[in-house]
Amino acid sequence: MSVLVDKNTRVVVQGLTGSAGSFHAKQCIAYGTQIVAGVTPGRGGETFTAEGADKKPVSVPVFDTVAESVKKTGADVSCIFVPALGAADAILEAFDAGCRLIVCITEGIPVTDMIRVRRTLEGQPVRLIGPNCPGIITPGACKIGIMPGHIHRPGPIGVVSRSGTLTYEAVGQLTALGLGQSTCIGIGGDPVGGLDFVDVLQLFNEDPGTEAVMMMGEIGGNAEERAAEYIKKHMKKPVAAFIAGTTAPPGKRMGHAGAIISGGKGTAGDKIKALESAGVKVAPSPADMGTTLKSLL
Amino acid sequence: MKIHEYQGKQIFERYGIPVPRGEACFSAEEVEAAAKRLIEATGNEVVVVKAQIHAGGRGKGGGVKVVKGAAAARAAAEKLLGSRLVTHQTGPEGQLVQRLYVEQGLDIARELYLGLVVDREQRRIVFMASTEGGVEIEKVAEETPEKILTEHVDPVSGGLAGYQTRKLGFGLEIGKGSPTPKETLAEFSKILSKLAVLFDKEDCSLCEINPLIVTKQGKIVALDSKINFDDNAAGRHKEWSGLMDKAEEDPVELEAQEAGLNYVSLDGDIGCLVNGAGLAMATMDIIKYHGGKPANFLDVGGGANQEQVEKAFRMILSSPKVKGIFVNIFGGIMRCDVIAEGVVAATRGLGLKVPLVVRLEGTNVELGKKILNDSGLKIQSADSMADGAKKIVAAVSGV
Repeated sequence: MSVLVDKNTRVVVQGLTGSAGSFHAKQCIAYGTQIVAGVTPGRGGETFTAEGADKKPVSVPVFDTVAESVKKTGADVSCIFVPALGAADAILEAFDAGCRLIVCITEGIPVTDMIRVRRTLEGQPVRLIGPNCPGIITPGACKIGIMPGHIHRPGPIGVVSRSGTLTYEAVGQLTALGLGQSTCIGIGGDPVGGLDFVDVLQLFNEDPGTEAVMMMGEIGGNAEERAAEYIKKHMKKPVAAFIAGTTAPPGKRMGHAGAIISGGKGTAGDKIKALESAGVKVAPSPADMGTTLKSLL
Repeated sequence: MKIHEYQGKQIFERYGIPVPRGEACFSAEEVEAAAKRLIEATGNEVVVVKAQIHAGGRGKGGGVKVVKGAAAARAAAEKLLGSRLVTHQTGPEGQLVQRLYVEQGLDIARELYLGLVVDREQRRIVFMASTEGGVEIEKVAEETPEKILTEHVDPVSGGLAGYQTRKLGFGLEIGKGSPTPKETLAEFSKILSKLAVLFDKEDCSLCEINPLIVTKQGKIVALDSKINFDDNAAGRHKEWSGLMDKAEEDPVELEAQEAGLNYVSLDGDIGCLVNGAGLAMATMDIIKYHGGKPANFLDVGGGANQEQVEKAFRMILSSPKVKGIFVNIFGGIMRCDVIAEGVVAATRGLGLKVPLVVRLEGTNVELGKKILNDSGLKIQSADSMADGAKKIVAAVSGV
């Protein structure tokens, strides 16, 4: 079992013909993901070819608009590789076309653009993952994003994280310990994005295929504190966590736009305390993420 | 990106937000001449000479001088220019003063605080207002949070509703002491609308007026300005490059930024090169966990090319405080061979005089390891993050 995506998920890639879009779409197709359409305005009518998981060629039609691609191919999920200044518009286009899930990989979208996007999506039957994230993967079934597929194994652990490579690190540790993953979701490192920890924890809580959750947070904002509150009240499954940035100085942006301690708020220490008081086991170092989770089973 | 007070006030003026009359100056002579012009134009002998540095707390640090007459302005400028101003935000070494702003003196009746920031939790721009102007707002927030009023901007209309401006205006008792309270409230509402538009159009991440003053005549004036821009929007603001004051930036961080790298200097002695922000932070944490101290945060990002990796590694190699280097890569998009090529290329010019521990994982890992092995460089390889951290901490403490 899994959340949000599985082997039947039909994906349209916005920005398919760009360098990032085409590179990663090929990797997704090779993993077995059903990429059924691409969108690049002005390139409609072209065909994108790649090699599927069975090594057989796969042809993906390219359209000018997402609306047309959805109508013609029945795609229900969009994956966005559009450059930053056009990415907010691309999200709105996917929503307008009726996609139920939008995965935005793009890094560097201005925050005011994302505030408007969020306002439009509020209360609507659509979910946004990202931006500035690695995407979502249900191992062995569907990979939508830029994560290395081969480190994942199907299994019972739900993984959610604000970081990309730190998630790979955690997944690598879990797999090495023989713990496969139900679904792994990178929610992204921006201050304003789509799904947050609480949304994803809710999904894992209700998923019969998920037995425990590994979450990776970092300095900045209070998403981890809100997650702790949710876990305390509602979580039926064990949760292990790691918070990056114990050594980060205040006032400095640590790579991610959202990773900044401002006005003494958003420190790793506060987050660890909140999670521990909610019964979450927090890994003392990033090398112990996998073993910390295993100790809960 | 941060800009100076006077640059922020120029933006305020463009949006019709009242600011005192003033001029930016780079020498004591310019200050004297500017003061003369101000005194002539306003008929008021009082002028204010303000140090222009990006850090806050300038008033308390002695960077703002209220003086009478052009000669006194010049004397104040001579003291400030070339001095190092220490405030609670600069650190003990202070910041060199190279620019001044000379402004007309005003009859202040009340000092208020008005700021706009991104409220991450509500996913909205939020106005913060307080009667406690002219002091650190962080302190007010901590000690008397009830004195901070907040109203969120509607992202669709891009402004505040009438009732929201009234809540703020009456909450601050904006008309109190004004000879024309109704006009003062109306003026305040207009300023709020203009600021909301400014924040959006100029892609700010912070816009603060501390203090926003009400003069004895009942006029509202922005006595200070603090604007930070959202770096993500730089692509649609070509004018920002002209507003940047490179003297205010950490030279190493600036160099990194120009190369498209995320770099933050720290106090330790172990240089780190990592891909991805989360893993880069976690790498710093694990070095500390094993008893070492990171010298920097460095995220080469997901799509770095060999030149960027080379540049990044050169920056670490040429830092005098670095006594050892830990390269920690979990390649997803980033290919291990690209990292290896970059590392080898950087050492060709600069040599490798300190211990180097490399942990490679992910895409093209075998090829990356081979490139490092064939280079003849003295490299300790690590099987895991913990292994790497332990090895570099041991190597550095043994030096």
